[in-house]
Amino acid sequence: MELDPLLLSRFQFAWLIAWHILMPAFTVGLASYIAILEGLHFFTTKEVYFRISTFWIRIFSVAFGIGVVSGVIMPFQFGTNWSRYADATANVLAPLFAYEGLTAFFLEAAFLGVLLFGRKLVPPWAHFVAALMVAFGTLLSSFWILAANSWMQTPAGYEIVDGRFYPTDWLQVIFNPSFPYRLAHTVTGFYVTTGFVVVGVAAWLIRKGRHAAEGRIMLSMTLWLLTVLVPLQIFIGDQHGLNTLEHQPAKLAAMEGHWQTGSGIPFVLFGLPDEANATNRFSIEIPYAGSLVLTHSLNGTVRGLTDFPPDQRPPVAIPFFAFRIMIGIGSLMLLLVATSWWLRWRRRLFDSPWFLRCCMVMAPFGFVAVLAGWTTTEVGRQPWTVYGLMRTADSVSPSLSGSDVLISLLGYMLVYLIIFPSGAWVMLRIIRRGLDEPDATTSPVQGGRPSGPVAVQLQPEGERS
Amino acid sequence: MNVSLSFVPVWTLILATGIFLYVLLDGFDLGVGILYGLEPDLASRNIVMNAIAPIWDGNETWLVLGGLALLAAFPLAFVIIVPALYFPILVMLLALAFRGVAFEFRFRDVEHKTFWDRGFNYGSAVAAFAQGVMLGAFIQGFRVEGRHFVGTSFDFLTPFSLLTGLALVFGYGLLGAGWLILKTEGEIQQRARRSARFCLLAVLAGIAGVSIWTPLMSGAIATRWFTWPGILLLSPVPVATAAVSVWIWRLLGRESQAGPFIGAVGLFVLSYTGIAISIWPMIVPHKYTLWEAASSPSTQGFLLVGTLFLLPVILVYTGWSYWVFRGKVRADIGYH
Repeated sequence: MELDPLLLSRFQFAWLIAWHILMPAFTVGLASYIAILEGLHFFTTKEVYFRISTFWIRIFSVAFGIGVVSGVIMPFQFGTNWSRYADATANVLAPLFAYEGLTAFFLEAAFLGVLLFGRKLVPPWAHFVAALMVAFGTLLSSFWILAANSWMQTPAGYEIVDGRFYPTDWLQVIFNPSFPYRLAHTVTGFYVTTGFVVVGVAAWLIRKGRHAAEGRIMLSMTLWLLTVLVPLQIFIGDQHGLNTLEHQPAKLAAMEGHWQTGSGIPFVLFGLPDEANATNRFSIEIPYAGSLVLTHSLNGTVRGLTDFPPDQRPPVAIPFFAFRIMIGIGSLMLLLVATSWWLRWRRRLFDSPWFLRCCMVMAPFGFVAVLAGWTTTEVGRQPWTVYGLMRTADSVSPSLSGSDVLISLLGYMLVYLIIFPSGAWVMLRIIRRGLDEPDATTSPVQGGRPSGPVAVQLQPEGERS
Repeated sequence: MNVSLSFVPVWTLILATGIFLYVLLDGFDLGVGILYGLEPDLASRNIVMNAIAPIWDGNETWLVLGGLALLAAFPLAFVIIVPALYFPILVMLLALAFRGVAFEFRFRDVEHKTFWDRGFNYGSAVAAFAQGVMLGAFIQGFRVEGRHFVGTSFDFLTPFSLLTGLALVFGYGLLGAGWLILKTEGEIQQRARRSARFCLLAVLAGIAGVSIWTPLMSGAIATRWFTWPGILLLSPVPVATAAVSVWIWRLLGRESQAGPFIGAVGLFVLSYTGIAISIWPMIVPHKYTLWEAASSPSTQGFLLVGTLFLLPVILVYTGWSYWVFRGKVRADIGYH
């Protein structure tokens, strides 16, 4: 069998970005949460916020470390596997990535050291500022990466000379048509994802009766936040969908499983897209709902996939199902949040075992929703890397053979299958230990200026492996 | 002269500085990782690791910045060099990933401590070796047609690139030993002094090998170094290298705390300058100059505005975070 470097490179990029995005999905929200907790501790001096913050910083340090190492790998992919894409787009997109490095990475890296190790070395306000800077850095990072990604989806502010893109208006490049929606939708999604993790962990602490006071603060605080964010996210998602309808109608038609242009179209709840016959099999539909959602009118006209030449259509099944997974999880989240309002009103938020169990079960679902949403938008962009202008097939590095990419793909798979599960296990371990201080035998020493004569006082400990 | 040309020198300077800062900063913490395997017990390994734990992340960020600055300012070089170095880059990235997570996993994942200890140690060495191989392959040049690399993904593998790979492992080892002498005391420092001497001899052998091999390989480089007046103008480089090496050797036998590290930095400055002299003004050796590979003036200008403002800010707060963790590593503060 002939190995296709294009297909393997696509699979490699999907593999790397899918694992990587799980970390920012968690650390962007967690950094902000830690900054809020540090702020509450700084202004109220209540010990409880200090304990909660210290607990989450421990988890954050692991997630952030994995995010950094998997993030360092990403920019090199443009050169190793997608050099023709890089050659065509560098003049427009490279500065956005470089600004991410300049504004976000350094900010995070420099202040992370102080956040993790500097509690006893800097005054409390400086530690709080470090937490703020790390949170700010993660948001800046999202800003630049999503600006670049959005430009690939809805390019603007460019001209094409000799097959390469050149900038004509930087503001249009950055604030391209889909950027505000994508930024809002993604960052809110990251916050919601983190929120459900915090809620799940808090519910577990309450159920176990360990650190229940801290657990109640975490649960209540975060459910208030989700009360605002989950409905807001559904609204932003709807707006983002309308934006996609305007700028990427073929993607939207694939998401909807909508084949024939028409008015008064139904919404396909479920079905099996059949690309060969341009129809859905076994579909369950709500009449007129498609037009209502997309055009906000019962008889609005929506373009179907058959309106586009076959070589300009995205694959249908993947965005179709991924979109439904995202919507389904969003609905479950709304249900959980609505339940929390009712329980709060009945004053039973903390002592309904079934509700706490639901919170625990829901904890990882945000990650699934983020992956599903990302899959929807990226697969829906196909067969283009720059929507409507540059094909994925024309983007791959010309020097690569199929076996080259197979080797690298296997290498990335092996290493990620060691690092990510180990990371998840390490984080679960920290959670299981709860808010207690880590025991002395596992706590390391660290850098810092000596306040007096240095004495090494670690107990000798044999290897424990 | 066209306005567009005027951004190229400043971008050359920024890129050269950025890459050098990466080599220097991640160089010493990769070097510490390479020497880590020599530490006999848990207590000393903890101290060695904590000599770099709060700062390694920032150091590695210069790698991302170097790569992205190359892509933004000289994209033609990026799209030729990076695919040509497909496997060394792959190996470097995987090794960096392993060593990077070891910082956190090692302390949390007690049962597998030796696994992550080895990951940190070998990962550092392999990443350093891969970077040295990349340097050697870069000096040798690539097969290029038009705007693309047209060789195979195994072109990088030559005796010369293996030599530069080994040389850089010892070079980073020297930097790492210098850092450990600066940050530690007692037995760990004594071990670092011994390692430094070994690495110094090995890296000098590497520098000598590269210096003899390069002009034999390229007539243009030979002409630049060995014909009048070049030989006169450039002779201070090897002379200074010899002088700095002797100086480091002598400091290693005394009480000097910071001297060996400063000396190692000096050695890197000289080697880097030597390579720059050989390559200048090409960014894709034998093929494209910095000017030919430059991105559009609008691109270079747009990024320059922010960079000129942000780089000093970055240097200030990075300096502050180094200042917070200044002095010898102390063993009396608990984690988090």
